[in-house]
Amino acid sequence: MNHPTSAISFENLSFKSDKLSILNKINGLFYKEKITTLVGPSGAGKSTLLKMCNGLLSPTSGEIFIDNQPIDLIEPTILRKKVGIVLQNAPILQGTVFENIALPLTLQQKKLTEKQAIFYLEVVGLDQSLLYREAEALSGGQKQKISIARSLVNKPEILLLDEITSALDPTSANEIEQLILRINHESSVTIIWITHNIEQAKRIGDYTWIMMKGQLLESGESHILSTSKNIDVQQFVKGIQKR
Amino acid sequence: MTYTTLSLTLIFVLIPLILSKTLKLGLEKDTIIATVRSIIQLLAVGYVLKFVFDAKSFSYIFLMIALMILTATLNARKKGKTIKGITWKIAITLIIIEAVTQGILLGFGIVPPTPQYIIPISGMLIGNSMVLSILFLNRFTSEIESSRDQIELILSLGGTPKQAIHRQLTNAIRASMIPTIESQKTIGLVQLPGMMSGQIIGGADPIQAVQFQLLIIFALLTTAGLSSILIGFLSYPTLFNERMQFLRKITL
Repeated sequence: MNHPTSAISFENLSFKSDKLSILNKINGLFYKEKITTLVGPSGAGKSTLLKMCNGLLSPTSGEIFIDNQPIDLIEPTILRKKVGIVLQNAPILQGTVFENIALPLTLQQKKLTEKQAIFYLEVVGLDQSLLYREAEALSGGQKQKISIARSLVNKPEILLLDEITSALDPTSANEIEQLILRINHESSVTIIWITHNIEQAKRIGDYTWIMMKGQLLESGESHILSTSKNIDVQQFVKGIQKR
Repeated sequence: MTYTTLSLTLIFVLIPLILSKTLKLGLEKDTIIATVRSIIQLLAVGYVLKFVFDAKSFSYIFLMIALMILTATLNARKKGKTIKGITWKIAITLIIIEAVTQGILLGFGIVPPTPQYIIPISGMLIGNSMVLSILFLNRFTSEIESSRDQIELILSLGGTPKQAIHRQLTNAIRASMIPTIESQKTIGLVQLPGMMSGQIIGGADPIQAVQFQLLIIFALLTTAGLSSILIGFLSYPTLFNERMQFLRKITL
């Protein structure tokens, strides 16, 4: 596989909270226009890493580069439009589906037309009849799709996904998986996806990072999940598969 | 009223004491402490006011108002301890409210510039502002606590801190103002306000007492609006840093 250029790279990235080390000297990069899956047990620092890429957190030490530009030099609101994130549990704001999808533009004092909103609903495979329904009344899978549609409104170059299918039934999870693959292939959006599902990580990831206790244990093409010689990685993969 | 007749009013303290003892409510100690404190505090204030009124010096008036603001600030800040610099934010809010309300009352000659008017009116307005500040901080901190995900969501989509906190801020401002507005709707129908009742008992013309009460009611609307809005807009920026990140360590 030809290695493309870097979308996000890390140099000695560390993060501490209340003197507790969450991330410890992370070095590596996420390739542009590829899907990288992040796996590892809870508390590995995966969500913290994603929030840093979106600028919701800053490292205690070390550097993050977005398109080879230091993250600190990018104005936060511009960074967050360029690097979208779909947060865990798909937080939905009180209001209609339309209001939720239009939110990124509302924040910029711009308007999303009904036609555009229907387009985004279709992209995520939702029926346009839902447009004026109360978003909070929808199912978990539908909320997650709205959450993805909302983050697409900013037309991000990089999309960070934090366990977006973990609370969903297999059918909804599969639909979202296909949706993300389509977004990646059709719009060349770089995808970084945290998942607890090893099979999903292998299936959809071009590359995989395996993290544990704030450290990057191993990274490479996604087959490392099956071929890694690292004992910790093997034990983690076995442990997950036994469950 | 003589001290003998005043002492007879202690019957009103005995009734809840007996009830508490009989029903084993365990409120006897608190009731006695509250009674003793109110006697000491009010008598002390009475003598201080007498001294200030007789002295007719603006420096004593300023001192009294400064003490009121200090006490109100120290009391209200307990509810917002987790907000950086909350003491100063409350103090600034109270100073602005006092300056605005007294500026209007004295500037337009609505009340004469004497301690008999300035001090009691200041007391009522600062006291009300303190209660509103506490109500606001209570609601604001719980709103933030229950909607951290939503605040972070708006930031993650490219929103500014002001946009991210807007709903929590306006909810808290509205919630803290509602009791003042609601109580004014039924004023005079359900209960006669304390100041008006006091004036009538003291022998004042009821119409004049009503006029002064209206003055206070209108001024309280200003303090209700200003207190929570000022504290809110002074406080929310401290919840974020210069990179527009929500400071999670602050456990609001």
